[in-house]
Amino acid sequence: MKYIDEYRDPQLARKLLAEIHRVTTRSWTIMEICGGQTHSIIRNGIDQLLPDAIELVHGPGCPVCVTPLESIERALEIAAQKEVIFTSFGDMLRVPGSSRDLFMVRSEGGDVRILFSPLDSLQIARDNPDKEVVFFAVGFETTAPANAMAVWQAVREGIQNFSILVSQVMVPPAMRAILSSPGNRVQGFLAAGHVCAVMGYEEYEPVAQEFHVPIVPTGFEPVDLLAGILETVEQLEEGRAELVNRYARVVSREGNRKAKEIIENVFEVTDRQWRGIGLIPGSGLGLREEFARFDAEKKFNVSHICASESPLCMSGQVLQGALKPDACPAFAKECTPEHPLGATMVSSEGACAAYYNYHRKFTP
Amino acid sequence: MCLAIPGKLLEISSENGLKMGTIDVNGARTRACLEYVPEIQVGNYTIVHAGFALKIIDEEEAAESLKLWAELVEKGAFDPFDELPSSGAV
Ligand code: SF4
Repeated sequence: MKYIDEYRDPQLARKLLAEIHRVTTRSWTIMEICGGQTHSIIRNGIDQLLPDAIELVHGPGCPVCVTPLESIERALEIAAQKEVIFTSFGDMLRVPGSSRDLFMVRSEGGDVRILFSPLDSLQIARDNPDKEVVFFAVGFETTAPANAMAVWQAVREGIQNFSILVSQVMVPPAMRAILSSPGNRVQGFLAAGHVCAVMGYEEYEPVAQEFHVPIVPTGFEPVDLLAGILETVEQLEEGRAELVNRYARVVSREGNRKAKEIIENVFEVTDRQWRGIGLIPGSGLGLREEFARFDAEKKFNVSHICASESPLCMSGQVLQGALKPDACPAFAKECTPEHPLGATMVSSEGACAAYYNYHRKFTP
Repeated sequence: MCLAIPGKLLEISSENGLKMGTIDVNGARTRACLEYVPEIQVGNYTIVHAGFALKIIDEEEAAESLKLWAELVEKGAFDPFDELPSSGAV
């Protein structure tokens, strides 16, 4: 298919790989932010074909993985209520809370439904005027336009029985947090292509400068990833630290102006907890005061619910690139996709699940 | 929740005042809201996330980067993988 096959061309991929081998003279550590890219890198074995001197570490860009436990607990509390239809992207249903997940709530009689778009949630609200319909609005800058539009549309149509449980996060503050952490090893970033499709890349330029790291937005196919890695390595070898866009067919400097406008209208920047990582200031989006009546946290009065992590799970370190999934003692033992201990084992975008699914599980 | 691959717009419609479309993503049909890509036309390729088209694929830019990469192949850089079977992992 067009725009897929040419970016999977083995000859081109091998040539890019050869170039990476040719230009690499020293050791470099590069982080891909996006879980979709992690998945593609492991599936295609790209990490194993790179020179030994290049280490790819996997970033926090998996929405399911970083949604904090307290948001999960709040979701469970709301979903269990009789008058509620709780709607969510499918991969959130198996994320373990401290004692149950959304699937269990459903088996106990809760009305929990899987949707592809928050707009479908509005349709359920129209069809069920005597119910409260809640959408679990998680994700990065790629889901923010959808969640913002759902609220916008609810206002336009005067839909009252709809609200969203917001756990929206953003990439640039997380990058800054990783770069500022004392143990940081990351020397260059592959930026998440579709996050940049929405937001553009202006915001990354000062990060590249301030921390002197190359930042290269790229896509998800092998050719995209290899071209992104090649650009990053070339910069590192030459001592440069620039923003160079390697996903120009999808990413522009400005991003999607209309999407940014609606996000800005509906949401404001807030501090947010990241699962396994902790609080990152200014890293999230929350509903603006004018839209408070669509805030499920307020509507159902669940803001007080807190939670603490399983002590076994080391996903916080995995998400910051400090630990490879197969180095976690629970990996493929107590923790599997069937019985996940942490969210990084649940989502196909989670690094632990990617390692497990593609048989990177034999390290002692 | 992310479809990382592009789809082709098959038809445009309207629902509750929103511009919507049917998109073929690698053979599977999906509905998506087109409000963020108002200039999109049937036949265009687009990226879809959470039920929304977020960007029309830029044909010129796509051709440009493929040309750049093809030049690299032409240049015939040393290929340490020549020994590998061509059906290798990449
Ligand atoms: S393997 Fe399981 S327990 Fe270990 S970090 Fe990953 S999700 Fe957590």
